Amino acid sequence: MTSLTSLTIAEARDQLAKKEFTALELTEAHLQAMEKAKGLNAFITPTADIARARAKESDARLQSGKAGALEGIPLGIKDLFCTEGVQTTAASHILEGFKPPYESTVSQKLRDAGSVMLGKLNLDEFAMGSSNMSSYFGPVKNPWKAKGRSDDLVPGGSSGGSAAAVSGYLAMGATGTDTGGSIRQPASFCGIVGVKPTYGRCSRWGIVAFASSLDQAGPMTRSVRDAAIMLKAMCGHDPMDSTSSPRTVPDFEAVLGQGVKGLRIGIPKEYRPDGLNSEVAALWDKGIQWLKDAGATTVDISLPHTKYALPTYYIVAPAEASSNLARYDGVRFGQRVDGKSLDDMYAKTRAAGFGTEVKRRILIGTYVLSAGYYDAYYLKAQKVRALISKDFADAFEKVDAIVTPTAPTAAFGMNDKQDDPVAMYLNDVFTVPASLAGIPGASVPGGLTSEGLPLGLQVLTNRWDEETMFRVCQTLEEAAAFPSLKAPS
Amino acid sequence: MSYLIKGESGDWEVVIGLEVHAQVISKAKLFSGAPTDFGAGPNTQVSFVDAGMPGMLPVVNAHCVQQAVRTGLGLKAKINQYSVFARKNYFYADMPQGYQISQYDKPIVGEGTLILDMPDGSTRAIGIERLHLEQDAGKLIHDRQPKQSLVDLNRSGVPLMEIVSKPDLRSPEEAGLYLKKLRSILRYLGTCDGNMEEGSMRCDANVSVRPVGSTELRTRCEIKNVNSVRFVMQAIEHEAMRHVEVWEGGGKVDQETRLYDSNKGETRPMRSKEMAHDYRYFPDPDLLPLEFDDAFVAGIKSTLPELPDDKKARFISAYGLSAYDAGVLVAEQENADYYEDVAKKSGDAKLANNWVANNLFGVLNTKGLAIAQSPVSADHLGKLLGLIKSNTISGRQAKDVFEIMVETSRDPDVIVAERGLTQITDTGPIDAAIDKVMAENADKVAQYRSGKVQLMGWFVGQVMKATQGKANPALCTELLTKKLAP
Amino acid sequence: MSLDKATIRKVATLARIEVPEAELDATAAKLSGILKWIEQLSEVNTDNVAPMSGGTTDLAQSWRSDEVTDGGMADKVLANAPDAQDGFFGVPKVVE
Repeated sequence: MTSLTSLTIAEARDQLAKKEFTALELTEAHLQAMEKAKGLNAFITPTADIARARAKESDARLQSGKAGALEGIPLGIKDLFCTEGVQTTAASHILEGFKPPYESTVSQKLRDAGSVMLGKLNLDEFAMGSSNMSSYFGPVKNPWKAKGRSDDLVPGGSSGGSAAAVSGYLAMGATGTDTGGSIRQPASFCGIVGVKPTYGRCSRWGIVAFASSLDQAGPMTRSVRDAAIMLKAMCGHDPMDSTSSPRTVPDFEAVLGQGVKGLRIGIPKEYRPDGLNSEVAALWDKGIQWLKDAGATTVDISLPHTKYALPTYYIVAPAEASSNLARYDGVRFGQRVDGKSLDDMYAKTRAAGFGTEVKRRILIGTYVLSAGYYDAYYLKAQKVRALISKDFADAFEKVDAIVTPTAPTAAFGMNDKQDDPVAMYLNDVFTVPASLAGIPGASVPGGLTSEGLPLGLQVLTNRWDEETMFRVCQTLEEAAAFPSLKAPS
Repeated sequence: MSYLIKGESGDWEVVIGLEVHAQVISKAKLFSGAPTDFGAGPNTQVSFVDAGMPGMLPVVNAHCVQQAVRTGLGLKAKINQYSVFARKNYFYADMPQGYQISQYDKPIVGEGTLILDMPDGSTRAIGIERLHLEQDAGKLIHDRQPKQSLVDLNRSGVPLMEIVSKPDLRSPEEAGLYLKKLRSILRYLGTCDGNMEEGSMRCDANVSVRPVGSTELRTRCEIKNVNSVRFVMQAIEHEAMRHVEVWEGGGKVDQETRLYDSNKGETRPMRSKEMAHDYRYFPDPDLLPLEFDDAFVAGIKSTLPELPDDKKARFISAYGLSAYDAGVLVAEQENADYYEDVAKKSGDAKLANNWVANNLFGVLNTKGLAIAQSPVSADHLGKLLGLIKSNTISGRQAKDVFEIMVETSRDPDVIVAERGLTQITDTGPIDAAIDKVMAENADKVAQYRSGKVQLMGWFVGQVMKATQGKANPALCTELLTKKLAP
Repeated sequence: MSLDKATIRKVATLARIEVPEAELDATAAKLSGILKWIEQLSEVNTDNVAPMSGGTTDLAQSWRSDEVTDGGMADKVLANAPDAQDGFFGVPKVVE
């Protein structure tokens, strides 16, 4: 018999309904897998007791025919979502021990749908990073290894714990958050599906803020269908978030199977810069061919401001972060380091509580907003952001979806030199433009490198058109027949 | 009448601009559902949003937006249908988010005007620069612990309107009049209760001086958080003197934020504001721009009450009051309403003004009561004046009745009837009384007839006495004049 | 733009992050590298371009009504405070 952890969410949902096993059994299987895979360091705070209690409640609801859309499905929650009574750290020392007296809207919705929380997943500190190396609670290991090698690879970031847990069969799905690629890039590195919906689809209420105008929650799963199921449960209007959309949430799962026949797929030339990794380029070509084979037409397009997206992002995101992270001051929650005055206490608390990358971004963000520099940096970036957004709007006049590589490389080694922050920022070169434009984007595993490491393809669509995105994703998924890791038995 | 400071080098003029923080009347806070009531236990009126907890987001209170527009309309100001909330970034223990949500370069209300009513009855227009919405900070308590300050976030997120004047004020007196007038308008509008003791109206004063005749603007100092009209006037006076002394001593005034110490009667630099500030304003990405259409503004406009300036003009033209009298009556809407009631009921607007502004306000002042707590209702006072007008009672009797009304809150008709105070206006009984008095005082009659006409007063007194004071004095005089005629 | 030590000191003070004197140079170098890279934005012509300040351009206003729906939970508000006393948050003495 295959292990319960190897099932997809859709399969588990159907088999739970048929009472082939109980939610508690399914949860226990995952708790055991978590225990065995502790070395991945995917979880900051496992919540086995909560998981068992909720699984039992799910079994009762399954018995009484009151099952929710995700009834009994064990999920991991990125430790950026506030969870009532459960430590929420954002992978930062400054929040160590913080137990929110409230539950984020998204995690509450998942709970309302009947899902079971297995624990809080590791991430880059305050979601700032692309490798999960900046977590105060230690790096996460990618369950994948290069062919014939034993050295550990990064899972990507910032949702590295989420990607590793799903890829390594510790959770059937996980929440991620994506500010500049933090769902899509780790999904690509770990060979799973990651979806960032349109900005405004998921409520940001209760998610520790990094960059408010960019942050979006989304699902990370092992199949496109699972992502569609999970996303439906996560989104919807929240009156507590002024930027949350009141639009009706479509049934994303319902569009699966419609294929891509007749769809126009845009191929942006700016995503094929000189020196693009040849394996990445080759996979992209393959993906284009798969879509053509499935009846789509492809259109060469231009997104002229693409090369300015990263520098724009590295003004906008740190600027917002410098303000969003001002509340970590040692007064109302989290860690405090005493000082001889209030300001001294602040400066010592924040110096000790934040890690290097977070401090760096706060300083950059403070600088670009400061008197005399606002126009040259922040205002300029907002204008370029408008141009980037317009590039996409123009493109979607001509095409229904855009397909690109998700990341410029496959997962890199944990011990690789990461001294140059700009080099690290380049990981997000293909994901950041969509974040700035607020459009939905997904990464689907497309294939393996010659070293046997996963590479993802990114699918972008117009605002609020996740349905087309899911159709394209599913077609790619079927054609790629991606060789996922085997679930440990 | 201009206010000048006599210096050694000559006369100096004071240039004053005021920033008033007026708490918006609302049940809930600007961005959360926590209550705004004054005086609750520490941190009991705090939502997770107000405490700046991780992941918390602001949502605008629609009523506060309406109140700001309403105030803008009341100040005859430009309403901006597109405005933006911005974050003002700075660290302080009373500022849980590490930033204050305010408005910066795109406020909800633009330029307007406020009319000062000068004591001589003239008026002076003071420019309003802008009005914007922002959230209040929490409160620090310093005197409970020797080495610590304590933070209460009840006020964190309370809605404020910051109303900024142009530097058009030229004396402490004008600053005081400005504050009183602004308070009056806000109270008419129902957008702020103007209670300075409870902190629902606070004032920062920007003060600078310049030699008379000069048009330059010299370095200004901002005196923060002054909490009464009197203290604002005193603080400006002291600060202006200080500037003159500094300039004349060959020094330079530093631009800084100062606090007014009302005990010592001086201002001093504010320690917590010593560090150079750089607020790094940027549009708050958690909030959409504030947008509304013409209909939204028109809807609010249609519910505006008659405001003090219009009411004053009407009182002058409709009731023939002096500008000064009208100004006194309209300062508080309740007073104006009371007056109008009395004027209408009595049918004599001037008599009503005398009684309301002198007799009634005198009593209320002595007793420390507001008009709403007046023991004499407008209805009763109107009736009382009606009794005078119809000659039912004399003015002197009315004063006695009024005293009883103040003590008992009773209807003047009842008091007059019970005490049999009704004036005799029938000539019969008065004629009889006169005849009796004349018969008994033939000598006085003779003296009068021989030219000692000043005895008339004595005769009236005797007749009044004979009628137990009920005779109408005017009628008495008239009848006596006829009968005593030689 | 290349940042000097004084600028780093000033920005660190604004951000209330203590940066030890010995680290100022290294921090300045790193941040200067990032800024230099960011400055390629100056190539972009943004004349007459309206800035995009939020993450969205197509949402309707969502305002709350003026109702009291929150508060009355000082215990929860204070539950995570490093120094809570008598219903207040304690901080080092402030002189105003």
